[in-house]
Amino acid sequence: MGERVLMKGNEAIAQAAISAGCRHFFGYPITPQTEVAAYMSKMMPKVGGVYLQGESEVASINMVLGAAAAGVRVMTSTSSPGISLMSEGISYIAGSDVPCVIVNVQRGGPGLGGIQPSQSDYFQATRSTGHGDFHLIVFAPSTIQETVDLVNKAFDIGDKYRMPVMILSDGMLGQMMEPVVLPEETNTAKDKPWAACGHQGKRKHNVINSLYIDPNELERLVRERFEKYKTIQATEQMAEEYMTEDADIIVVAYGASSRVSRSAVDMARKQGIKAGLIRPITLWPYPVDTIKKVAKTAKVFLSVEMSMGQMVDDVRLAVNGAVPVEFYGRTGGIIPTPKEVYDQIVRLNGGVQ
Amino acid sequence: MSSLNILLAGFGGQGILFTGKVMAYAGLMEGKEVSWLPSYGPEMRGGTANCSVCISDEKIGSPLVVTPDVLVAMNLPSLEKFEDAVVPGGIIILDSTIISKKVSRTDVKVIYLDASKIAEDNGLKGAANMVILGRLFKETAFCSPENLDKGLQKTIPAKKMALLDNNRKAISLGEKSA
Amino acid sequence: MAVKGQRPHALTDVPFHYCPGCTHGIVHRLVAEVIDELGCEGKTVGVASVGCSVFTYNYFNCDMVQAPHGRAPAVATGVKRARPDNVVFTYQGDGDLAAIGAGETVHAAARGENIVAIFINNAIYGMTGGQMAPTTLPGQVTQTTPYGRDVKTAGNPIRVCEMLSSLDGVALAQRVTVDCVKNVKQAKAAIKKAFQYQMEGRGYCIIEVVSTCPTNWGLAPQDAVKWLRENMLPYYPLGVYKDIGEAKE
Repeated sequence: MGERVLMKGNEAIAQAAISAGCRHFFGYPITPQTEVAAYMSKMMPKVGGVYLQGESEVASINMVLGAAAAGVRVMTSTSSPGISLMSEGISYIAGSDVPCVIVNVQRGGPGLGGIQPSQSDYFQATRSTGHGDFHLIVFAPSTIQETVDLVNKAFDIGDKYRMPVMILSDGMLGQMMEPVVLPEETNTAKDKPWAACGHQGKRKHNVINSLYIDPNELERLVRERFEKYKTIQATEQMAEEYMTEDADIIVVAYGASSRVSRSAVDMARKQGIKAGLIRPITLWPYPVDTIKKVAKTAKVFLSVEMSMGQMVDDVRLAVNGAVPVEFYGRTGGIIPTPKEVYDQIVRLNGGVQ
Repeated sequence: MSSLNILLAGFGGQGILFTGKVMAYAGLMEGKEVSWLPSYGPEMRGGTANCSVCISDEKIGSPLVVTPDVLVAMNLPSLEKFEDAVVPGGIIILDSTIISKKVSRTDVKVIYLDASKIAEDNGLKGAANMVILGRLFKETAFCSPENLDKGLQKTIPAKKMALLDNNRKAISLGEKSA
Repeated sequence: MAVKGQRPHALTDVPFHYCPGCTHGIVHRLVAEVIDELGCEGKTVGVASVGCSVFTYNYFNCDMVQAPHGRAPAVATGVKRARPDNVVFTYQGDGDLAAIGAGETVHAAARGENIVAIFINNAIYGMTGGQMAPTTLPGQVTQTTPYGRDVKTAGNPIRVCEMLSSLDGVALAQRVTVDCVKNVKQAKAAIKKAFQYQMEGRGYCIIEVVSTCPTNWGLAPQDAVKWLRENMLPYYPLGVYKDIGEAKE
C-alpha cells in the first residue's frame, strides 16, 4: 500500500483520473472545481496526455464527445452552472453510447447562485442531465479516499456499459484536504472496436451517432438502452449502512451531508437514541434495495441534504409508504451542523428519554 | 486527546492556510485522522481567510469547524466573528501585536501572544503564524515534536525549503513564549 | 468496356437524399476523391454537423461522428487530440458553422486545430425549410425575412473566410464554388491542399464552398446557379484569403 498523503479533493480527482489511464481532459474554469483543471494542466504534459481549456463548457463537453468517440479515456470537470451548459453534450454522449467521466463539484444555485458547497443538482444529475430518455451512472463520494476510488471505478464502469458516469462532488469535498492513498496505475487499455478512429481498411466504417429519424428505430434503441439500465439497477447499487441494524430513526444522506449526519447519529447514540445512517454511494442507480430492507425494521426516515429536498423523493419512492419519510436541509451554500441534524433526530424520537 | 478542532483566521497572506496544513500534516504523521478545509472564493482576495483543521483518533465527520476547541485569530474581524463560537474551556490564541482588543469571555483560556513583534524582533518578519503555531503546540501537544517538524517539512514547497530553518526558529520562539 | 467514371471508394453505396440541383453531392464527391487520392480513408474520421448534411455519416466510407448543432469543431478537436494520426474533417453548413457554432469555429481556428472544415455556404437554412442564415444576403427573402433581410434589424451577413483569415492559427482559408467545370477543379484542388496541410500538421484549414439551394431559394437548378453567380459571388468573392504557403523543406 502506498503512502498516505494529504491532498485536496479536487486534486485527488485529477490524480485518480490519471492513475485510471485518463490522458485526455477538456474543461473550462469555474469555482470551486478549478484545481482539477489546474492539476491536469500541470500533470498531463508530464504523462504524455492532453489538457485543453475549451472556450466554454459547451465546447469542452463536445471535445469530450469527440475523444470518447475516438475510443480514449476522457474526463471533464465543472461546477453546477457548467453542467447546465454541458447538458446538451451529455445528452448526445448518452445517445451515442460512448463512455466518459464528468465531474460536478456542486455549488449553490439557481442561476449564478453562489460558490459555497451545495447538493442542489441532485435532480439534474439523476433525473435530467439533458433532453431525452437516458441516465448517467452517478457516484457520490463522501471522503477524498472514496473520491479517488470512485473516479477509478467510474472509468471502468463507463467503459463496461458504454455510458457517461458522473462524480457528484461538492465545494466542501473539492476544497478540503484529507489523507489519501493514491492507487497504482494499472493497465487500463480497453479494446473498443466500436470507436471512430480510422478503419485502416480492416473493417466497415464505424459511425458514432445519436440521430434516428425513424421513430420505430429510435424507440427500439432507447428500449435497448433501458434494458441495459435495468441490469445496472439490479447489479450496481452501492450504499453504506451505519448502525442501521437496530435503528428506529434512519438518516439518509450522501456526500458532504452524510459526514455531518454520521456525527449526528453518533451524538444521538450517546443519548441512547437508536439512530442509524444509510449513505447512498450510487445516486443512480439509487440504492433502493438497501432502503427497502431497512424500511422493514425502521420507524421513520430522515433525508438530510444541502438542498430544499431532492433526494427525499427517491427515499419516499423506495420506502413506498411503509414508514414516514421526513426531510431536513440547508441550502444556498450552507453546510448543516451535526447539532442541527441531531436536533431533528431528537425531534423524531420525541425528545431524549 | 481524542479529537481537536481548530479554527485559524486572519487576513489573506498571513499564512493561515499554511499553518493549518502544517498542523494537518503533523497530525497525519502522528497516525491520526485529519482534515483541512479552507474558506475559498472572493473573500480570499484581500479579505479574511480562515481554515478549519480537525485532528482526531476517529473518523472525521464534518470538516467544517463551527465550535472550535482552539481559535487562532490574527486580526480583529476574525476575533469578533469567531470569539463566541469557541467551546467553553477552549483556547483563544490571538496576535496581540495586531489585535488590541481584550476578550470578554471568562470561560475560555485566552493567550495574548505578541506574535508579529516576536517574529519581527528576531528577524523573522512574516513568521508570526509559526510563532503562534509553536505556542499552540505547547498548549495542546497535538502531536510529538518530531511529527510537528515532519509536518513542517511536508508542507513547505520544495522551492522554498530554504525557509525551513526560519520556520523552525519561529516555532521554537512560540513554544518558549509560554 | 473501359470505365470512365465510378464512385470514389470513400463514398458508400447509399443514394444521397439531397434535392435536385443542390451542390452538396458535388462537394461530397470532391472530398471523397481527395481522400481516395491521398489514400487516407483508413485513417480519416469525418464529423457530421446538423443541417442538410446531417446524414453525411451515411455517405462517407471513413469512420464518422455526428456532432450536436454547431459543435463539430469541438468534436473534431476531441477526435484529433485523442488520435493525432487520424485525418479529421468537419462538414458544416452556414447555420451550423457561422451561427450556432461561430464560437467553436473561431476558437478551433484560433488554436490552429489540425482539422479541415468543409463549409457549405448557401445563404439559407436548408433542413428546417428556408430560414435566414448568418450568410443570407441583404434584401434576400427567406421564411424568416419575408420582406427581405433588413440589415438594420436582422444584422449583416458574415464573410467567414475574411473573418477567420485574421487568426494566426489558420493555415488555409479559401472560398470556392462548384458552378462550372473550372471552379469544380479549383474547389477540389483547394480541398486537397487543406487535407495535405493537415497531414503536415500545419493548422486549421477552411474551404468555403459557395453553394446553391434551389428548393429553398425557390428556383430551378439552372436558375439557382445563375442566382449564385449574380448575387452570391459579388458578396462572397472567390479566392484565397489566407495561405501560409507550402511547407519549407
